[in-house]
Amino acid sequence: MSIHVENIAKRFGRFVALDHVTLDFPTGELVGLLGPSGCGKTTLLRIIAGLESADGGQVLLDGENASDAHVRERQVGFVFQHYALFRHMTVFDNVAFGLRVKPRGQRPAADRIRQRVAELLDLVQLSALANRYPTQLSGGQRQRIALARALAVEPRVLLLDEPFGALDAKVRKELRRWLRTLHDALHITSIFVTHDQEEALEVSDRVVVMNHGHVEQVDAPEQVYEHPATPFVYDFLGAVNLFHGRVHGHHLHVGADHLPVGQHSFATGAEALGCVRPHELEIATDPSEPAGIEARVERVLSFGSTSRVELTGADRDVRRYYEVELSRERIAGLQLAAGQVVRLKPVRVRLFASSQAVEASV
Amino acid sequence: MSAGAARVLPGFPLALGYTLVYLSLIVLVPLSAVFLKSATQGWESFWVAISTPRVVASYQLTYGVSLLAAAINAVFGLIFAWVLVRYTFPGKRIVDALVDLPFALPTAVAGIALTAIYAGNGWLGQWLQPLGIKVAFTPLGILVALIFIGLPFVVRTVQPVLEDLSTELEEAAASLGADRWQTFHRVVLPPVLPALLTGFALAFARAVGEYGSVIFIAGNVPMVSEITPLLIITKLEQFDYPGATAIAAVMLVTSFILLFMINGLQAWANRSHGGG
Amino acid sequence: MGAAVATHWTVHSRRFEASAATREPAWVRGILIAIALAFFALFLLLPLVTVFAEALRKGWGVYFAALVDPDARSAIFLTLLVAAIAVPLNLVFGVSAAWAIAKFNFRGKQLLTTLIDLPFSVSPVVAGLIFVLLFGAQGWFGPWLIEHDVKIIFAVPGLVLATVFVTFPFVARELIPLMEAQGQEEEEAAIVLGASGWQTFWRVTLPNIKWGLLYGVILCNARAMGEFGAVSVVSGHIRGRTNTMPLYVEILYNEYNFAAAFAVASLLALLALLTLVVKSLVGMAGPAADECRSGTLKGIP
Repeated sequence: MSIHVENIAKRFGRFVALDHVTLDFPTGELVGLLGPSGCGKTTLLRIIAGLESADGGQVLLDGENASDAHVRERQVGFVFQHYALFRHMTVFDNVAFGLRVKPRGQRPAADRIRQRVAELLDLVQLSALANRYPTQLSGGQRQRIALARALAVEPRVLLLDEPFGALDAKVRKELRRWLRTLHDALHITSIFVTHDQEEALEVSDRVVVMNHGHVEQVDAPEQVYEHPATPFVYDFLGAVNLFHGRVHGHHLHVGADHLPVGQHSFATGAEALGCVRPHELEIATDPSEPAGIEARVERVLSFGSTSRVELTGADRDVRRYYEVELSRERIAGLQLAAGQVVRLKPVRVRLFASSQAVEASV
Repeated sequence: MSAGAARVLPGFPLALGYTLVYLSLIVLVPLSAVFLKSATQGWESFWVAISTPRVVASYQLTYGVSLLAAAINAVFGLIFAWVLVRYTFPGKRIVDALVDLPFALPTAVAGIALTAIYAGNGWLGQWLQPLGIKVAFTPLGILVALIFIGLPFVVRTVQPVLEDLSTELEEAAASLGADRWQTFHRVVLPPVLPALLTGFALAFARAVGEYGSVIFIAGNVPMVSEITPLLIITKLEQFDYPGATAIAAVMLVTSFILLFMINGLQAWANRSHGGG
Repeated sequence: MGAAVATHWTVHSRRFEASAATREPAWVRGILIAIALAFFALFLLLPLVTVFAEALRKGWGVYFAALVDPDARSAIFLTLLVAAIAVPLNLVFGVSAAWAIAKFNFRGKQLLTTLIDLPFSVSPVVAGLIFVLLFGAQGWFGPWLIEHDVKIIFAVPGLVLATVFVTFPFVARELIPLMEAQGQEEEEAAIVLGASGWQTFWRVTLPNIKWGLLYGVILCNARAMGEFGAVSVVSGHIRGRTNTMPLYVEILYNEYNFAAAFAVASLLALLALLTLVVKSLVGMAGPAADECRSGTLKGIP
């Protein structure tokens, strides 16, 4: 089932949680709602579920306006952040709950319920734990039971609120892969909320990046990472080096230095913000090199497949920090020493107007 | 969140409506009767009713002894809670369970039992009498009764806070060179203080209004050992409704003040206790 | 109030006794324990023992004779009757108040919570007086009641009203913090899964609060059966008609019939002991456990 939200607005007192958000969630996709805490992603999820009512705008499920439908009638599956398992019921009774509370006419027979619950427990690979209570399960197991419970009523969409938020790193990773596999098998339209960019990029078909109640970018994971639409997205999805300056021809003038920036649409003299990922910077040790930003090496961290170089701006009045990621071979070739003055040369720069830069610095 | 939840979870209008109606019928309307009745009798007669020497003596006795009892309970209640939380000793479970006895034992039963103990021929009274200490039928007897009924308020308010204290704080203090007493009054006591004051205030509020456990042991001599609640009953028995109502109004006002003070203290306790 | 606090004697003391940094010297410990136990013996144990000792002073024959006396039996019956009416009333109120306060946000919530506590801080004597002012012969509704031959004061309805007033907050006080701690996620989950309001309440909310509810009811019942001051004002002390057990104890005592007075008092003391036993059992398996479980589910240590 497709979901379309149109112009959704929501405030809590004076706090604007959602600022007229319009989004499309096509049938069968697994979409990640990504953003820092307080960006409105959970509120949006709860509004789609019908757990929260919007101040304005519409929620369309399969093209039908569901804004006034009660959460009971929307046929959504919701997995709560802390699972909200019924603690006085066994795993089996938890999963069976949705079927048992159906009106008498639609309620399956007891046999059918038992069979259906068994199937679901099989699906989440926890058949052996049917008679346990939620407190006797690990976090990852609770998460899977919560999912099985939501799936029992055959929802048209599946909504997951920070599904891996309360789990430790190792279990998170495992469950991430598991959720992806499960979605590929069921193809149910799903939205999950997360503040973890790695999680969003790894699991989703598409990522919606949100900030301050509005959508910054909607794209495939690679697109979002490789071609961020705003400085905020740049910053939120990984490390970034920022260069504030003015555009002159094919260069960005930053203090006394200048960076080559290639093609762009900025007028000469316009203020701009250049964003460069750490792996998109080169280090030149030759002091006569004219282009690039002057910087001083603070320390070199070598572990794993790449090395990281931390630098500060050469101008000591304005403390600026830079980070460069290079292969270990390259680092070995450069023979950097702490305190050495070098020049940073970007392989690729993405320019943003300075008005957006204000937000990036938030 | 709950603006939306108000729509999702059902029953809010019914639950709140029922709560308000029931609260009004049982508590608010009847209590307002005291003030309305007081207002209709005229200021002068009201003032006379609440300021005759006998009534003033009863205030002094009631509030004074209640304060003393609450203070004694604060000290011993803290020791009691400390011992229950920190030490193991035989019979601890029974001692812990019986702390609540004054909550559960009807006050009249407590009253006659305490009187039997402290009367001149009673279990303890017969030993105290020759020493010149008269407990029963004197203000001292009232003190004993009020200590009895107030004890659990202090213990049960302080105990959970003591239980929640992290041992790390004290270990840190010890590692920084503090001795046990310094650690206690600089590190342990400050976070416990709001709860201790709350317990003190609760014990005091309860003691002020107490009737059942006191009247048997008090002797009820006007100007000496007659508590304010008893005076209200005496006035009622003489069909002096305006007099009884006026004194009740004074007691109610102090109750309200105490209630709001206790609320403030509890809010403070919750804050400094990290929300429990 | 303090009574609402669940007691757990688990392993707290061991935690503190384990380290030299959180332990006092043995002699300090000894003195503190001695002070606490002396205080305990003097103020708690001795009165309790006295009740039973005095009740049995003249032997079992006198004891049982005092209990089967018609006036005693009618006092016992009346006490049970009053509690049987007052406790369910406050139970229903407590659940509905806790539902409104713990599960929803609304203006004036804090004030409402404070007002619910109000009866705790009102002297029992004043609690009785207010109903005399309303329904007594000289009260607001007095003339109307006399005209229609309805007796409230000096009759059972007055006893019930006064008892309802003094036991008013018990159940609500127990449930509000418990239900607030449990949040509303489980109820939301039930509704998302298609449960109706009643189904959610009966199948999800009630099982989660059953221990806290029982706890509140026990305390409410103990106070309802033992209340003295408030019912004393509205009862009129009519023997065999409007005397509850505590009032009957007073009458016997004032007639210097000490053995009988303590015999009836011993029944009330047994009730108190039973209350404490059940309270301890529930406290161990109950509210604390409810909260712990909600705590672990939410990942709170």
